Amino acid sequence: MDYFKGTSDYVLSPELKDNVNVSIALGRPLLVKGEPGTGKTLLAHSIAEGVGKRLVIWNIKSTTKAREGLYVYDTVQRLNDARFGDRDISDIRQYIKPGRLGESFATEEQVVLLIDEIDKADIEFPNDLLNELDEMSFHIPETGETVKAKQRPIVIITSNSEKELPDPFLRRCVFHYIEFPSESLMEEIVYVHFPEIEKKLLRECLKKFYWIRQFDMLRKKPSTSELIDWIQALTAGGISPSKVEKELPFLGTLLKKKEDTDLVAQSAPGHHGFNTSIRTRNVY
Amino acid sequence: MFINFFFNLKAHGVPVSLHEWITLHHALAQNLNDCSLTRFYHVARSILVKNEIFFDRYDLAFLDTFKDIETTDEMLEKILEGLRKVKELKLSEEEKRQVDELNLDEVLRNFEEQFRQGHFKNHVGGNRAIGTGGRSTQGAWGYNPAGVRIGQGESRHKRAVQIAEKRSFRNYSSSITLDTRQMKVALAHLRALLPLGPEEKLNLEATIDATSKNAGEIELVWENKEKKAAKVILMMDVGGSMTPYARMVERLFSAASSQISRFKHFYFHNCVYQDLWTDIERRDSVSTAEFMKSEDSDYKLIMVGDAEMAPSELTWVNGAVDYWYHNDLPGLVWLQRIREKFRDSIWLTPIQNRAWGYVQTTRMIADIFPMFELTLDGLDDGVKFLMQGKGRLHA
Repeated sequence: MDYFKGTSDYVLSPELKDNVNVSIALGRPLLVKGEPGTGKTLLAHSIAEGVGKRLVIWNIKSTTKAREGLYVYDTVQRLNDARFGDRDISDIRQYIKPGRLGESFATEEQVVLLIDEIDKADIEFPNDLLNELDEMSFHIPETGETVKAKQRPIVIITSNSEKELPDPFLRRCVFHYIEFPSESLMEEIVYVHFPEIEKKLLRECLKKFYWIRQFDMLRKKPSTSELIDWIQALTAGGISPSKVEKELPFLGTLLKKKEDTDLVAQSAPGHHGFNTSIRTRNVY
Repeated sequence: MFINFFFNLKAHGVPVSLHEWITLHHALAQNLNDCSLTRFYHVARSILVKNEIFFDRYDLAFLDTFKDIETTDEMLEKILEGLRKVKELKLSEEEKRQVDELNLDEVLRNFEEQFRQGHFKNHVGGNRAIGTGGRSTQGAWGYNPAGVRIGQGESRHKRAVQIAEKRSFRNYSSSITLDTRQMKVALAHLRALLPLGPEEKLNLEATIDATSKNAGEIELVWENKEKKAAKVILMMDVGGSMTPYARMVERLFSAASSQISRFKHFYFHNCVYQDLWTDIERRDSVSTAEFMKSEDSDYKLIMVGDAEMAPSELTWVNGAVDYWYHNDLPGLVWLQRIREKFRDSIWLTPIQNRAWGYVQTTRMIADIFPMFELTLDGLDDGVKFLMQGKGRLHA
């Protein structure tokens, strides 16, 4: 059995690692929830790399239908071909195109299947997949074929909890909620992305970052990915830690709404949390 | 004893099914928790609980079930406090042979006795009691083949009960009043009101028609699947005791408005009279009567307010709280009229359910409008109530 130990470029908590292995061992989909930017999608990439399997990604949109993941019967193409007589239309099979789920069933080797942002779809969408995920097989009435998974794929499902997922679906999943990383875990995460980063700069960035996240009134709190972008911008721009201390350069990479930028920029100079770092410097 | 955990979860309101319980047993049979209570805590949570709002209740149920287990952890902790690492003991072969004669049962009995008598504190080098570097059968860094070794190296027995005790997911619990973080989840509940997006669909009949007219030349006709439009009116109490909630609720709904096809929002202060304010500062208004005449009655109406005011504000002519405002009809009449017009309506209040009975006006308004708490649970119940059309059944 495959055992996921994590990969060097993705920092994860021991609980999450355990849950990944539980889901692999039980052969049940792992449902991952959490704030945007906590690395839900990256987890699937890391798992695929960690266990050395191919990753199949199924991105869900609001218009996605469960059947599209299994297969699409291109009737219009067939009609068109019948009109112009280009191809032999009696072979229906050539008009059946496998979807991402169907593809992950049909391959010889085991794959990691990521169903990304399942909550984007219609509320009944997960229910339509119950049987397929349980049995790992589906039937194509047009050809009378049944596609059965040769190897049960490792299924990772991410959700931003925009919609409640139906209970029968949830019952079949292993669930993990990714909490927002603590400061020490965040330090590790940043080191993975910037092994060369100056310690002082990192500490200053984290201090400011968690200070900004304290604002309850923010329309959109900055997340890990935005912190990474910010630090990238800072290092690329050659900004010194002392400058980060005094002001907030490149605030636009952290905050995407004008109201948020205004709020933070206004409260920054007079705010206790903002000034503590300056005070510590004077002491030492 | 273990099955109690299942019933404790149920008793704490965690929606756990037999299906999941059996899955947990599969996981335990494969030793996926690696004999550790902490990992059991996480593994069981990942299998049994599917929503972070129940994590807090899971913690409570876990505490309830496994708080007895805590004693071993506590014991360990106490003993560790008592033990200090000292030089390792070197024994001659003769001494070792003597020590070998003790058997494990005896040792365990002795251990428990010692523990009960509290002999382990700062005990170094003895022959009988729990301590360090001694020949006794208990303790660390000592010598006894049949001994109970405590606290040497790292214990894998981490304290799951303590994790549960921390209750770090309390804020995710759904019964506390909405804060900013939870607005997003609340929005998800509101989307239950939303229609499905447009969809491209082949209109078969029209296609056949068009193709026939076209002398067999295939002509495809596409159509958009009909949209079910959700129409929502929000009326919100601003001013006074509701001010802290006003901005929040407004943001909540304005974010939702982009998806609700027809969304209208109005403001009032404590109670609705002949004018509905269209801005939060209450400068511009529309006539309530005109508004009710011109709008369809199939809007879903959500009133948000604390429903706490002087009874006169509801029952008197000119009872409005603002001295400059005069109303010819009592507020209660306006509320009843609105309710008669929009049968699919609810009232959300930030006041907790158990406090409703103490305020006269809250009771009066609850008689007119189905009332729900402005919490995740309340909002969820309220939206479901609206969607199922139960609003029409309410007295």
